Amino acid sequence: MIGGLFIYNHKGEVLISRVYRDDIGRNAVDAFRVNVIHARQQVRSPVTNIARTSFFHVKRSNIWLAAVTKQNVNAAMVFEFLYKMCDVMTAYFGKISEENIKNNFVLIYELLDEILDFGYPQNSETGALKTFITQTGIKSQSKEEQSQITSQVTGQIGWRREGIKYRRNELFLDVLESVNLLMSPQGQVLSAHVSGRVVMKSYLSGMPECKFGMNDKIVIDKQGKGGASEEAAGKSDLGGSGGGGGKQSIAIDDCTFHQCVRLSKFDAERSISFIPPDGECELMRYRTTKDIILPFRVIPLVREVGRTKLEVKVVIKSNFKPSLLAQKIEVRIPTPLNTSGVQVICMKGKAKYKASENAIVWKIKRMAGMKESQISAEIELLPTNDKKKWARPPISMNFEVPFAPSGLKVRYLKVFEPKLNYSDHDVIKWVRYIGRSGIYETRC
Amino acid sequence: MTDSKYFTTTKKGEIFELKAELNSDKKEKKKEAVKKVIASMTVGKDVSALFPDVVNCMQTDNLELKKLVYLYLMNYAKSQPDMAIMAVNTFVKDCEDPNPLIRALAVRTMGCIRVDKITEYLCEPLRKCLKDEDPYVRKTAAVCVAKLHDINAQLVEDQGFLDTLKDLISDSNPMVVANAVAALSEIAESHPNSNLLDLNPQSINKLLTALNECTEWGQIFILDCLANYTPRDDRESQSICERVTPRLSHANSAVVLSAVKVLMKFMEMLPKDLDYYGTLLKKLAPPLVTLLSAEPELQYVALRNINLIVQKRPEILKHEMKVFFVKYNDPIYVKLEKLDIMIRLASQANIAQVLAELKEYATEVDVDFVRKAVRAIGRCAIKVEQSAERCVSTLLDLIQTKVNYVVQEAIVVIKDIFRKYPNKYESVIATLCENLDSLDEPEARAAMIWIVGEYAERIDNADELLESFLEGFHDESTQVQLQLLTAIVKLFLKKPTETQELVQQVLSLATQDSDNPDLRDRGYIYWRLLSTDPVAAKEVVLAEKPLISEETDLIEPTLLEELICHIGTLASVYHKPPSAFVEGSRGVMHKRLPARTGSGEGTECPDVGNAAGGSAPEAAPSIIPSQGDLLGDLLNLDLAPPTTPAVLLPLMGAGFGAAPAVMPASLNAPVGGGLGDLFDLGGGVGMPMGAYIPPKTVWLPAMKAKGLEISGTFARRAGVIQMELVLTNKAMSVMTDFAIQFNRNSFGLAPAGPLQVLTPLGPNQTIEVSLPLSTVGPVMKMDPLNNLQVAVKNNIDVFYFSCQYPISMLFVEDGKMERQVFLATWKDIPNDNESQFQIQDCHLNSEAASNKLQGSNIFTIAKRTVEGQDMLYMSIKLSNGIWVLAELKVQAGNPNYTISLKCRAPEVSQCVFQCYEAVLKN
Repeated sequence: MIGGLFIYNHKGEVLISRVYRDDIGRNAVDAFRVNVIHARQQVRSPVTNIARTSFFHVKRSNIWLAAVTKQNVNAAMVFEFLYKMCDVMTAYFGKISEENIKNNFVLIYELLDEILDFGYPQNSETGALKTFITQTGIKSQSKEEQSQITSQVTGQIGWRREGIKYRRNELFLDVLESVNLLMSPQGQVLSAHVSGRVVMKSYLSGMPECKFGMNDKIVIDKQGKGGASEEAAGKSDLGGSGGGGGKQSIAIDDCTFHQCVRLSKFDAERSISFIPPDGECELMRYRTTKDIILPFRVIPLVREVGRTKLEVKVVIKSNFKPSLLAQKIEVRIPTPLNTSGVQVICMKGKAKYKASENAIVWKIKRMAGMKESQISAEIELLPTNDKKKWARPPISMNFEVPFAPSGLKVRYLKVFEPKLNYSDHDVIKWVRYIGRSGIYETRC
Repeated sequence: MTDSKYFTTTKKGEIFELKAELNSDKKEKKKEAVKKVIASMTVGKDVSALFPDVVNCMQTDNLELKKLVYLYLMNYAKSQPDMAIMAVNTFVKDCEDPNPLIRALAVRTMGCIRVDKITEYLCEPLRKCLKDEDPYVRKTAAVCVAKLHDINAQLVEDQGFLDTLKDLISDSNPMVVANAVAALSEIAESHPNSNLLDLNPQSINKLLTALNECTEWGQIFILDCLANYTPRDDRESQSICERVTPRLSHANSAVVLSAVKVLMKFMEMLPKDLDYYGTLLKKLAPPLVTLLSAEPELQYVALRNINLIVQKRPEILKHEMKVFFVKYNDPIYVKLEKLDIMIRLASQANIAQVLAELKEYATEVDVDFVRKAVRAIGRCAIKVEQSAERCVSTLLDLIQTKVNYVVQEAIVVIKDIFRKYPNKYESVIATLCENLDSLDEPEARAAMIWIVGEYAERIDNADELLESFLEGFHDESTQVQLQLLTAIVKLFLKKPTETQELVQQVLSLATQDSDNPDLRDRGYIYWRLLSTDPVAAKEVVLAEKPLISEETDLIEPTLLEELICHIGTLASVYHKPPSAFVEGSRGVMHKRLPARTGSGEGTECPDVGNAAGGSAPEAAPSIIPSQGDLLGDLLNLDLAPPTTPAVLLPLMGAGFGAAPAVMPASLNAPVGGGLGDLFDLGGGVGMPMGAYIPPKTVWLPAMKAKGLEISGTFARRAGVIQMELVLTNKAMSVMTDFAIQFNRNSFGLAPAGPLQVLTPLGPNQTIEVSLPLSTVGPVMKMDPLNNLQVAVKNNIDVFYFSCQYPISMLFVEDGKMERQVFLATWKDIPNDNESQFQIQDCHLNSEAASNKLQGSNIFTIAKRTVEGQDMLYMSIKLSNGIWVLAELKVQAGNPNYTISLKCRAPEVSQCVFQCYEAVLKN
């Protein structure tokens, strides 16, 4: 299991060092600094073996988190733990920075003592941790409170405590998708997928039993055509009708769930039922590859005029309902390293050549569906004797659209709380769809 | 309030100041001081001198302060064991505290203090805590047993903690179960034979129940433990798999990978024809793909594991090629791993896509990645034959870029392509030679030298090229030196006249001026070979090279099996068994996949049997494996063995001349006349029928003969046996100087004239040649009887193959026996020599059969009808005078004929029967 955990700043100075196992000595701290942080070349692997000691590291801004071990540990678990550690720290004190870590080092040690015992990860749900690891020093707890804490930390529903009360029962569902594309210069889709998340923010009293439904092809096909619309949630029309229009159901390649979801039930009946943690949680992640609505199409045209000039023309076309608006559109057109000057003309938005990034960045605030816009640029090149040809990195794009490119729709989210007297109808529900660009690239 | 100020104190006398503060009466000041101490400890300062003062702060009701003091204790107790005792009382007291959080904290910390004296005091509190009413305390105590075991294993056993720990597996709280499982697994690892984790169907059931309820981490502990279990039979295996599959939808990648491990292992036991087996295979792909949308570090772990899974069960991900395409922003370690998997998944179906991708990658920035991409293109060429040509042209394009490392990498892979497809792409050698000067890496230089040596006969200035390398012989790496030595020896064997000096030079460099034993030994071996027996030298040095395998970097199967059992762990990331990187007793135990149970074996065995039975085609053309013997035989036919291979041609020519040309040498003589005669003999049969000629088959595939493909058949036309050959040049260069020679054979077949290929055979050209054969050559009995070993020579090399001719070629035209003679002979030949055969599915009546047979010089002498059965009596005469008598029974309406053959040389019967069958069915 994990033998020790170190946190370093960008210079390689130790900010936190906690050793869990006898086989990890102080020299391990230095070994990582010398061999990884101060290494000359780029990091070639997130796992490094130095003198029979293995180091796992992740980096958050300029902070290094390293877990150390001498055993054959579960590597996936170690990384998952390091990410979780980052989440917990963020939940406690915000951004992970050198200053924040130094300011909270006592808290971090306390957390590390709690969530990692002899190198075995223990309950690391922020909701539960916050009930008994606080920054306000001692809090006199009654006996009931204490046993409530321990039963929650170790319990089956470790992510939620009993006795939560809200005057207004409310829940928010965000369907957040990132659409990824790799397109050939000729407009052929080389690969495309949507990776989506359903984020739920709930403010519900008691221990509510929830059931979530979406237009999953397998469920819809099972139910037949009859009952498809009856259960649609009241607010699901807030933006559910996406750019592509009337798609009834979508094929989900794979999905994963927050630990509150009963997986065996999903496996058997494909129904998603759970008791949610209070506040925000990522209910599920999913991935689709079929019938994706690609919100934008990029058509590049690069022409080399002699050895010292490039002509670039890029057309973007929006491909969704004209009534919807895409926002924060940014097209990034890479330029060769030996660029000496750029002239840009664009019909819409602003375009600038950024020498430091070796790219022309074209920004458009808003763009409605079924429109197109164009940019043309002349790039002057310095003559070089470099034999190597310019690699022509792909043109990448960023945007945000108010629909789910996968076509996913929330059909319902039902809430039951048998012990308290509020019903599903009393809960105010909100659904929002946001589609963002993931890695959205067109080769040129 | 911020804590960062604690990091900044660097004054002298700091320890002294801290000491004062620690002993202050004010609680706040004390706490501040302890924080400062911990901060100093973190950055590596030695604050152990403050031990007594810090321990004094331990007695406090401030939980935060207590935790800080405990942290200090854990760090320094080992260096101050005597003083650590001072803390024991507090620990023991805390273990009785009404607050479960404090009880747990005490037992957790005590376990981390590795001082023997303290350990003794730990036993009683630990025993109580293991049975505590609060699950939080129990789950902490469970881990504490593992801690204690790490310090003093004997003590843990003596105190009976292991049994208590085992009981906790049945605890009502899932987290307690999970921690107990983790602790037991760890302890069991250092006692490989202890049977601690006594896993049986009942305990497995408990674990599976807890699996649904515990935290994500607990699920990992349980799954990793389950993976060590071996189910009793396939049914148990299936039921566990069914209960584990829901975990594949967990958000935590480690849970998913551990579930994959359990499934991959238990799947081994499921019979392959089971529906569930297929369902399970299908269920595995999506979660594995989903792992690739995790954070890059996890992607890396997932990819390393997928690499193993793809090797073990390629069917799982064979349709998922696209998800492994490299993204521009992927970290380099993800890119390299994806590339590896892409090559493994490359197949004919997706090769176009893969190649297009690889071509893109070859223009990227990262040198390692580009090299790997170039190498990948080469590997695709070797793996998917249909793509080879495209791969080669892509590589040539890349060579044109002149980017140094791209060129070198391309040359290394092209060498392998040459090995895989000899005589196909040698036309690119010229392009390669242009880049000779830019090669500075040993591997690329060695590859280039190999190419020059191997194809020395086609590179006009091969000697110059090799000589240029020879100048700096001693500065080259061993790899290059060895290759250079071999290449020059090859060159000498191919062009002995011009390169005498060069070979002398390299041999003396290797043997006299080198300190490397490998090089010296190889040099001596070549030297002796060349000086004593040049023929043997040629056989050794220019021997046919074994095929290179399609897949490279495959993990050896037993290691792969072991690594599959370690999916998700470091072993699977390093692709090494745990013993390679873990010290001590842990991980020494080798894990193995379970064997398939009874029902599974039943389904597999027959397949193997079938395969073995089917893989022995009888008459297929075969390449003679032991060339050496044949070469000897062929040469012995004529004179003493030649001193250098260069004189092989004239010798063989002499051989041809020596074969008496009895038969007319008219190659394409009109067959009309002969046929006419045959018809006369047949007594005016209406249908014109010639002798049976088997269809042409490939005797020598281009792969084995540097691009020369030979197919052919035998025919007897107008009393002349002819070997009809089709020569196709599938190489890039022109072939000339063809000659042919037979080995001694059963019926003395020999070419009656030279092989008439008068014009050079250009690339992709085909020529048809008829070679008249005589039957007066030297005789040697072959097995099978009608086997013929042939050598064909051209300007490139000599090639050997063997083929089988239908014995009907040898049936002569005057094979019709007188009736009386037939009867007498039939009686005269002992019954032992009679053999009977069945010809099945022949729908000719006796008359048609008789006519058909006559076309092949099988003559019907008499016909008798007995009870609706036609008895045909026939005679055959072979070219060497052997008579074969036959009785053919044909029953109207029955497609199965019975044939009895009598002959003084009964060995031929089988061959004759084959001819009957061939003639009647065609």
